[in-house]
Amino acid sequence: MKVKRLASWLWPVIPILAALLFTSGLLLLYKASPIDSFRAMYDGAFGDQSKTLSVLAFWAPLTLSAVGLLVTFTAGLWNIGVEGQIILGSIAASWVALKLDLPSPFLQVSAEILAAMLGGALWAGIAAVFKTRGGVNEIFGGLALNNLAIILTNYLISGPWQPPEGGSFRGTQPFPPDALLPRFAESRFSPLSMIMAFVAIAVIIVMLRGTFWGLKLKALGKNPFSAFLLGVSSEREVILAMMVCGALAGLGGAVRVLSWFDSLRQSISGGIGFLALLVVMLANFQGYWVPFIAVFFSAVLNGSISLQLRTQLHSSLGGILTGVMVLFVLLFSDIGAFKWARREKRE
Amino acid sequence: MNDAEFVRMMASIILASSPLIIAVCGETITERAGVVNLSLDGTMLMAAMTGFVMGLKTENIWLGFLAGAIVGAVFGAIVAYGSISLGKSQVAVGFVLTLLGDDLSAFLGQNFTRIPGQVVKHLGIPLLKDIPIIGPIFFNQDMVVYFSYILIIVTWLFISRTQPGLHLRSSGERPEAAFARGVNVRRVRYLYTMLGGALVGIAGAAYSLDVKIGWSEGATRGLGWIALAIVIFGGWSPVRGALGAILFGATKAVATILQRTFPEISVVAFNAIPWVLMLAVLFVVGSDVTERLIEFMPKRLQPPLRRMLRITAPLALGSSIAEE
Repeated sequence: MKVKRLASWLWPVIPILAALLFTSGLLLLYKASPIDSFRAMYDGAFGDQSKTLSVLAFWAPLTLSAVGLLVTFTAGLWNIGVEGQIILGSIAASWVALKLDLPSPFLQVSAEILAAMLGGALWAGIAAVFKTRGGVNEIFGGLALNNLAIILTNYLISGPWQPPEGGSFRGTQPFPPDALLPRFAESRFSPLSMIMAFVAIAVIIVMLRGTFWGLKLKALGKNPFSAFLLGVSSEREVILAMMVCGALAGLGGAVRVLSWFDSLRQSISGGIGFLALLVVMLANFQGYWVPFIAVFFSAVLNGSISLQLRTQLHSSLGGILTGVMVLFVLLFSDIGAFKWARREKRE
Repeated sequence: MNDAEFVRMMASIILASSPLIIAVCGETITERAGVVNLSLDGTMLMAAMTGFVMGLKTENIWLGFLAGAIVGAVFGAIVAYGSISLGKSQVAVGFVLTLLGDDLSAFLGQNFTRIPGQVVKHLGIPLLKDIPIIGPIFFNQDMVVYFSYILIIVTWLFISRTQPGLHLRSSGERPEAAFARGVNVRRVRYLYTMLGGALVGIAGAAYSLDVKIGWSEGATRGLGWIALAIVIFGGWSPVRGALGAILFGATKAVATILQRTFPEISVVAFNAIPWVLMLAVLFVVGSDVTERLIEFMPKRLQPPLRRMLRITAPLALGSSIAEE
């Protein structure tokens, strides 16, 4: 009994320890001190105000995409295409920013955000229709569309949208300040993006738990065949769920171009979609965990990038740290004491 | 294009397709046993990096391939352990391993990028290589290519013509029935997930030691996913899968030629070809539209067309097994 209770308290610590141990081993292989490196990562994430703001600026699109994925996971869909949906959101927002000039900044930014959500939803909708009408698994459809979105970005910034002084393959010209999200101080962080993320979390959690549509999605995710027998039209729900996720991911993409950068860049998403998938898995598909885990991921990623700048150690260390943790939780979570504690309560 | 150029192009397509063929055969074996190993992209990156570094350090190319195979088998073992022993989602475990393999290969390979290393030696087969046209295309290659030929035949024979192959198929089609007939389904699935993974690892090493020699970050990124799609397109048959891999290689070669002939078309359009192709072929083999089109055809043509264009997945693919 006592051992089990102790274990249930300790359980959340174990995956973190496992990941730290594994990455420490890698660091020792490169004759780097793990303690110094982890401290450097922490400083790189929260060392001063501008770094903390960077973590938050990275957090917003990550959380938005992860929240979207809650919807598709509930419906039993593996929306790997979320990465491409973020990129399409960025492209659509950039399109409005470059081609439209509306009288007020509010209208301008609203139009950009709306376009981004539509763009993301469209890209997700294509993957969904390929699934329902073409029998193409959403994993493969999404993956192909991810790569096509990257290729489209490269085409745009090296072709029609290249800056007037000539194509550099790096990005479009910076958008006018009125077309950007209002940013906090001199940072990349826009408080508005944080508000959008929290609103999205609240809306999606309520929608999934409290509405009939949420129930339908749950039925679809748990058992598609009986959902069909109960009259849940799977095609409509699949397409809708994907498009809701795509819209949120697209919103995340808008935040990328309108606050993290000020223009459309080559690797505009940089793997945020894949990270969002990991965030949701680590959150055990529970919405209220998503924002906290996203803070952690964002901190690790930003920390590992500044570690690379300082020590030349490759920044993929951050990805390894989070990846090992997710793998560990995925494999062992129900052997973990959480389940024991729950079982005891039931008895 | 004259004859010599054509032969050279065909030979390069065969060489470039061989790692893909090996990976497709490996994953076909795994999936026919009922397990989806989605970690291919990460496995191949890790194996490419490990194989290259191992070959460089030991100056022995075969140890490089061995290291790649071990990496692949370990990744396969993790997928098998997660899905068979712990009953977790194969897709989830495989996906996390994909990302982990990508990051691990970038980190561990960071000091080995863009340096020369061991290379598989060219080895023409005497007599066979002198056959006009066919000889220089197929038999004036190296061991990796010959291994891919043998692998296609052996995999096909093994799956469809032997007793253990029958057990393999039954584990992927009707695991409960197989279990009732005394097949140890768990052991079979473990074995073939690891074996398939080892082949995928060899494929990864074949890239860094033979086809795109050397290591750079993300060198084989995307190819694992393409291999997974070809397995589906190949209808879980090693022969058709291998044809798919060669077709893919041929499309890329044709695109390169087109690009040279029409320089005014953006490079970007050509980069999109593999992914558009992936969507298109999966749509053709999976869609109801194809079935309806086939029904318009003359009766006599229908069965062969259906065989050619339609696929059926192993029934218990991706399922967990309850043996109790």
